[in-house]
This record gives sequence, structure tokens and C-alpha cells, in this order.
Amino acid sequence: MKILVCISHVPDTTSKINFTDNNTKFDGNGVQFIIGPYDDYALARAIEIKEANAGTTVTVLNVGPADTEPTIRKALAIGADDAVRVNAEPTDSFFVAKQIAEHAKSIGYDLILMGRESIDFNGGVVHGIVGELLGMPSLSPVMKLELDGTKAKLAREIEGGKELLEVNLPFVAGCQEPIAEWKIPNMRGIMSARTKPLQVVEPVVVDSGVSLQKFELPPAKGAVKMVSADNVAELVTLLKNEAKVL
Amino acid sequence: METTTQSKAAIKGGEFLIRETLSHEVFIPEEFNEEQKMIMQQCKDFLVKEIYPRLDDIDSMKDPKLMPSLMDKAGELGLLGTSVPQELGGFGMDFNTSMLVAEVIGGGHSFAVALSAHTGIGTLPILYYGNEEQKKKYIPKLATGEWKAAYCLTEPDSGSDANSGKTKAVLSADGKHYVINGQKMWITNGGFADIYIVFAKIDNDKNLSAFIVEKSFGGVTMNEEEKKMGIKGSSTRQIFFNDCKVPVENLLSERENGFKIAVNILNVGRIKLGVAAVGGSKMALSTAIKYSNERKQFGVAISSFGAIKHKIAEAATRIFASESAHYRASQNIDDAYNAFVAGGMDSAKARLKALEEFAIECAILKVHGSEVLDFTVDEGVQIYGGMGFSAEGPMDRAYRDARINRIFEGTNEINRLLTIDMLLKRAMKGSLDLMNPAMAVQKELMSIPDFGATEEEGLFVKEKKALANLKKAGLMVAGAAIQKFMMKLSDEQEILMNLADMLIEGYVAESTLLRVEKLIGQRGEKACEIQKEMALIYLHTAIERAASAGKSAITSFAEGDEQRLMLMGLKRFTKVESYNLKEARRKVANHAIEKGEYAF
Ligand SMILES: Cc1cc2nc3c(=O)[nH]c(=O)nc-3n(C[C@H](O)[C@H](O)[C@H](O)COP(=O)(O)OP(=O)(O)OC[C@H]3O[C@@H](n4cnc5c(N)ncnc54)[C@H](O)[C@@H]3O)c2cc1C
Repeated sequence: MKILVCISHVPDTTSKINFTDNNTKFDGNGVQFIIGPYDDYALARAIEIKEANAGTTVTVLNVGPADTEPTIRKALAIGADDAVRVNAEPTDSFFVAKQIAEHAKSIGYDLILMGRESIDFNGGVVHGIVGELLGMPSLSPVMKLELDGTKAKLAREIEGGKELLEVNLPFVAGCQEPIAEWKIPNMRGIMSARTKPLQVVEPVVVDSGVSLQKFELPPAKGAVKMVSADNVAELVTLLKNEAKVL
Repeated sequence: METTTQSKAAIKGGEFLIRETLSHEVFIPEEFNEEQKMIMQQCKDFLVKEIYPRLDDIDSMKDPKLMPSLMDKAGELGLLGTSVPQELGGFGMDFNTSMLVAEVIGGGHSFAVALSAHTGIGTLPILYYGNEEQKKKYIPKLATGEWKAAYCLTEPDSGSDANSGKTKAVLSADGKHYVINGQKMWITNGGFADIYIVFAKIDNDKNLSAFIVEKSFGGVTMNEEEKKMGIKGSSTRQIFFNDCKVPVENLLSERENGFKIAVNILNVGRIKLGVAAVGGSKMALSTAIKYSNERKQFGVAISSFGAIKHKIAEAATRIFASESAHYRASQNIDDAYNAFVAGGMDSAKARLKALEEFAIECAILKVHGSEVLDFTVDEGVQIYGGMGFSAEGPMDRAYRDARINRIFEGTNEINRLLTIDMLLKRAMKGSLDLMNPAMAVQKELMSIPDFGATEEEGLFVKEKKALANLKKAGLMVAGAAIQKFMMKLSDEQEILMNLADMLIEGYVAESTLLRVEKLIGQRGEKACEIQKEMALIYLHTAIERAASAGKSAITSFAEGDEQRLMLMGLKRFTKVESYNLKEARRKVANHAIEKGEYAF
């Protein structure tokens, strides 16, 4: 069986976010990049499946420039067999999905896993577009994935509950915890990451019709005004006149 | 390239005192490669995933299986085999990388102690001194954690005076076993270890011998867990050997070689303890910085107060300085090892020789790292205020756990004494020429002072001169003390402590300056503004501390004109152009506060 895991290269969750070039570029200076945390769960599940099913291979794919390679090698250290880097800035969801689909077509994977969303742009639509482009079912957010021959049993989070599904391979899944326990690479994995194949491919041309105008940070939080508990009238006035929410 | 490696390999331990080291000769932590950074992250992730959620459970010791099971998990990730060669089931990493692992895991409280005792004093005696059979039998299992190890040197009446132990080994009538009897104390991992490295005297030998003892040999019993101030989750036991029968082939190395083994293994233990303390310090300081950003008094975050900034900057600077010195030394050790191996020496022997060569630095770093940690957790408690004193806040554990580091692996007093003792021994043997530089200083003392006629400008020109002078101050005081007391100098421990402090400050200040100089060469001055401030803060405060130690020494043994002359000399050699340390500290603190953690 062939599994493709798509990983994003995102700022660590504790990073301070700044922009440059008139708020049109993200300032990566001093920022530590990691595998997208949801992608990490997808990868961990893929490795578990590989470990339980002899002959299974796991390929990781990232759409990004050369400086994402340390992140890709981390995925190799965790246990993926080989990697593909599509040499392009991941400008928008459609662009990325198109690159993934192009690569996936050329190989024919049984399972395409990725995080439910990346934690930089949080678009959460790449898995859906990939499914559409490949003509496969696409499900998200998947919290449980058990293979059963040519089928898989999934659990998906839905409004107010859980949905249990059965789906035929191949399909695309956007994953989230607790689909698997996130994995720390072991020393042997780290040492072998360098020697595993990492293929760099050029992107296909995509006319995505989306262009980035500008970034904006959320407005700074204002000072907190304390209103004493027995002064409800003042609170109402403030909510009406200052916060303008009533 | 060729010449660089050659000159690197030729650096000798202790030589920093009399030789100007150049920045290209030192390794700096900023040069760690991608793989090493991945290992660093692996260790951090391990702490976050397996250790931090269980700190209370670990310390409660309610489940005796918890610590060994965590060690097993570390073993699965390969963290127990970093220094073990691949053919023995490890990963054969260089010393520098194993230091990196020790540093990060150093933030792991009791677990860090268990891991370092196992991989260091537990495993290394066999790895470095074992014969082929012993290595093949024990090392692979120790490298995975299947067997866990402890090191039994200390006894109730034999602590710092380690060679005075009473534990006895007697050859059995059939000549097949040594029968060991005695009591060991304060044995880390004692409660769950499968293998003990036991030091005992055979018959009436003067010196210790070392044995590999399996718990399964029988005749091993132990007391309950010690109740301790800190590292409460680390197993510490008294262990009794009652007619414990150890096969003769489990004698490690040769008869009476045990003390030497103990001493040499402690060299590794010391530098690793030092770097683990650096890791613990970074963690504690980051926690305190976060709190200082969140805690508001008088309507603002307490991190906006100058008094708090001072604490943050001072701790950060000392951590940065200690880190610089640790990795400088560990790379020296790797370089020396590589040179020995290139010269045809066996790998285990080369490791030992390299460590022995830098034993002075190892002792310096043990002292410095553990004292930086204590300084940091103390200020950490202060930054937390009342919450710092709460047994439910994070500073409580940090504060209590830090304290042991000044005691084990040789107390800081013993290590201070050792630095000077080893230095003088090398001078006496002629392997380190202290004599000529010391005489030159004396001559300079009598001559007309050089009023800094060199108007040379450039990065750290003045600072390097100040550093060179600091070393002269040390040589001056040491030289005079030796002349005064000759062989009786060892009775003047107060003076030896002063000398050790001067030595430590000189080494660490130089390492920090060299690191920043090299970094500026790589990244430009603008990108290293904060690091530069830290190098300057450390240098200035180190000189102050060294001057104070020097003065204590001089006034204790010199009188009249001699004293006056020496105090003048000390003043001259510890003179630095004034620098606004308050502003420098603010810059350092503001950087850390903005990042919300120790981030240098
Ligand atoms: C938690 C813990 C874990 C330990 N783990 C181990 C272990 O795994 N294996 C092991 O073998 N040991 C272990 N030890 C023992 C440890 O190494 C000793 O406690 C340490 O070496 C000091 O010995 P001591 O306790 O007998 O103190 P002492 O030697 O009695 O020292 C008391 C004081 O006197 C000072 N002093 C002693 N001699 C001199 C001198 N010549 N000049 C000046 N000052 C001196 C010391 O610096 C100290 O301040 C552990 C100890 C503790 C507390």
C-alpha cells in the first residue's frame, strides 16, 4: 500500500508574528518552523499503519521553497520512507492542492492524509480540493482511521457529535487528534533522515486567481475596565455606549 | 583548513591561562547542524510529552515502576546510547552532541538525574575500561535501557575522601569469585538498577578496585529511599553488599585501578553536570520570564520594572556565558579525541585521554554551571514573589532540585581545589609552562605601567587586553602565593578558593568573548547586538569578581610594601574602561521579555 502524507511548514505555535514589506510579507526572522501539528498526527497515523502492514510505504510531500527541507527531513526522521518537495511558494490553497493532485496522479496512492488545516493560514480546504481534483472522496476532520481490506472505518467530528463512516480506498483525509499519538523521532530515524530520498520537482503552472493583498495583525487588546459587581447599571451603559455591543 | 585542525588538536587543557585563544579555534553553539538541532528538539519533545505531565507523580515515588518505565521510553528513542559506539548498539555520536542531549534533558528535574547517572557514571566505566567480553555483555543492554546502571563509590564514612572506602573484596578459596562486603550510600538509581559499578578494596590494598556487579548475583540489599530536599523522584539508596559473589572476570580494568577509574569517569560527569545545569537554568529562567510578563502590579507587568530586568539580564548573561564555555571545552575534547585516534590510539582510550587532558576545564564547568543554576533559580523564586515560595508553583521544584548540583560529582569546594591542584601539578611536570608567564608578570609589575598607549581600534580590542590582564592578575596572585607557601599552599584553602574563582571567571569570560567575536564574524555586528552586550556584561562583572577574590588572597598573605605593590598590580590588571552596565542589561532583558523566554 502507498500512503501520501502532505505536510505544511509552519511557524511554531508560540512564535511572535510580524510582517514586513508594507504588511505584504510574513517576517520569518528568528521564527522556528515545525511540521503543522495536525499534519503531524496524520503522519503519525500513516507510520502506525506502515508498522502494522508490511510492504506499506509512506511518502511525505511539501509544497515549499528549499528552506522547508529541514522540516521535511524531520518527517523522514519520524519514519516516512521518502519525500517530495514541490519547489514553489505555497501561495494559496488551490495552488497547493493542484500540486499535490498532480504528484498523486503520477503515483497512484491508496491513501492521502494531511492535517485538517495548516496552522498558519488555517484554510482547511486543501484536502477537499485534492479529493475533487482526483475524483476521490475527501473527509475531514478525521479522528479515527482503521483500515479494513479495501475499506476504511473512520470517525469524523461533526456538529454536536461524532459520525462513523466506512469509505472505499483510495480517499483523502484531513486528520486531527486523537487519530494517533504524535511521534518523536528516534535517534536512528534522525541519523537515517539524511540518506532517505528527497526528490525536488518543479510546480505545474496554476492560474489560481487569488492574490495576496496584505496582512493585518488582530487589533491590540485594549485595557480592561473593572466594574464593581453591584454596579450593573454602569456595566449596561458601558456595553451600550463604549463597547457598542448592546 | 589543514592548519586549523592541527592547531585545534594542539590546544592543551589548562592552557587558556597562558595562551591567547583565537575565535576561530572555538566551537560555538550557533554552529550546531541540522541533525544536532533535530536531536535537541527530540529531547525537548520528550520532556514535553513524557516528563512534564508527570513531574508530581515522579517526585511522589508512589509508583516505583514509573522512573524505570520512563527510562525505557528514553531508551526506545535512543537517548541512552548517544555516546555508545554503533558496534555496541549505540549511535557513536561525538562528545559535543552528547553534551547537547545532556543540556536539554537537564531541564528534566529528577528524570535528568536518573538518565545522566545511567548514561554517565553507570555506563561509561564499562565502556571506557571494560575488556571486549565485558563490553559485549553489558554495553548493548545499557545502551537500550534494558539494564539500568548505578555507580557505588560513596560510603557513610567516605564521601569527598573517596579513596578511603571500607568496602572489601576478597578472592574466594577456589579463585573464581571476589566476595564483596560493605555499605554504599547515596546511590542514584539504586532502587531499580540491574548493574552496579562497585568500588572496593581487594584485601588490604591501598587503592580501590572497580567491579561490575549484577543485582542477580545475590547478596545485595538496600534501605528505603532517602528522603531528600530535592530531586525527590530520583531513586537514592543505601546499598549493602553481604557476601556478594562477583565472578573474577567482572573485575573492571586492573586491581587497584578503581580510584583512577572513579576520577576519570567523574571528568565526564562534571562537564555533563555543568551543561545539564545550563539546560535547567534556561528552563527556569524562561518560566520566570513568562511569569514576569503576566504578573501585574501597580497596573503594569512586573517585567517592566528595572529591578526585575536586572535579574533577568544577569541570569541570562551568566547562562549564555556558561554555555559558551561548555561547548568550547566539549569541542576541545572532541578535537583531542580525534587527534588521538588519528595517531592510532584505541577509541575508548582516546576518549579518556581527551577528557583527562581537559580535566581542569571539566572541574571549572561543574562549578560554574551549578552556581549559575543556583543563581538563576534563586532569582526565579524572587521574580515569582510569594508565588515563588508556594510549594505549588514551578519555582519550588526548580529551587530544590538545583541544590544537589553543588554537592555531587565532587562538591564545588573539592572541584575548586582540584582546578588549582591540577594546574600546579601540570606546571610542576612541565607540561604547562606557568613559570615563564608568571615571571613575566612579576617583571611587568616592577616596570612602568603601560598606560594603554596602543590606540588600536576594533572589535573587542580593549576587552581582549582586559582579559589578558585578568589572566595576569591570576598569575600574579598564584605566583606570589606559591612563593610564600611552597608545598604548604594546600593548607591555605581560602587562598586556593580565591585562585579558583579567578581562574573560573577568566575562562568563562574569555569563552563568551570568543563566542560573540566569532558570531559577529559570521552574522555581522548588528545582528549580534544583544550577544555583544552579554559578552561585555560578563567580562566586566567577571573582572570585578576576580578583583575581589584577588584582593582577599593578597591581603591574607602579603604585608607592607609587598602587599602595596601587589594591590597596585591587581588594580592595574583589573582596570577596565567603565561601561554602562545598566543600559546593557536593559537591552538584554528587553530582548528576553519580548521573546517571552531565554532566547539567545
Ligand atoms: C542525591 C545524591 C545522589 C548521589 N549519588 C551518588 C551516586 O550515584 N554514587 C556515589 O557514589 N555517590 C553519590 N552521591 C554522593 C556524593 O557524591 C557525595 O555526597 C559527595 O561527594 C560529598 O560527600 P559527603 O556527602 O560525604 O560530604 P563530605 O565529604 O562529608 O563533605 C562535607 C563538606 O565538607 C567539605 N569538604 C570535604 N572534604 C574537604 C576538603 N578536603 N577540603 C575542603 N572541604 C572539604 C565538602 O565540600 C562539603 O562542603 C550522591 C549524593 C547525593 C546527596
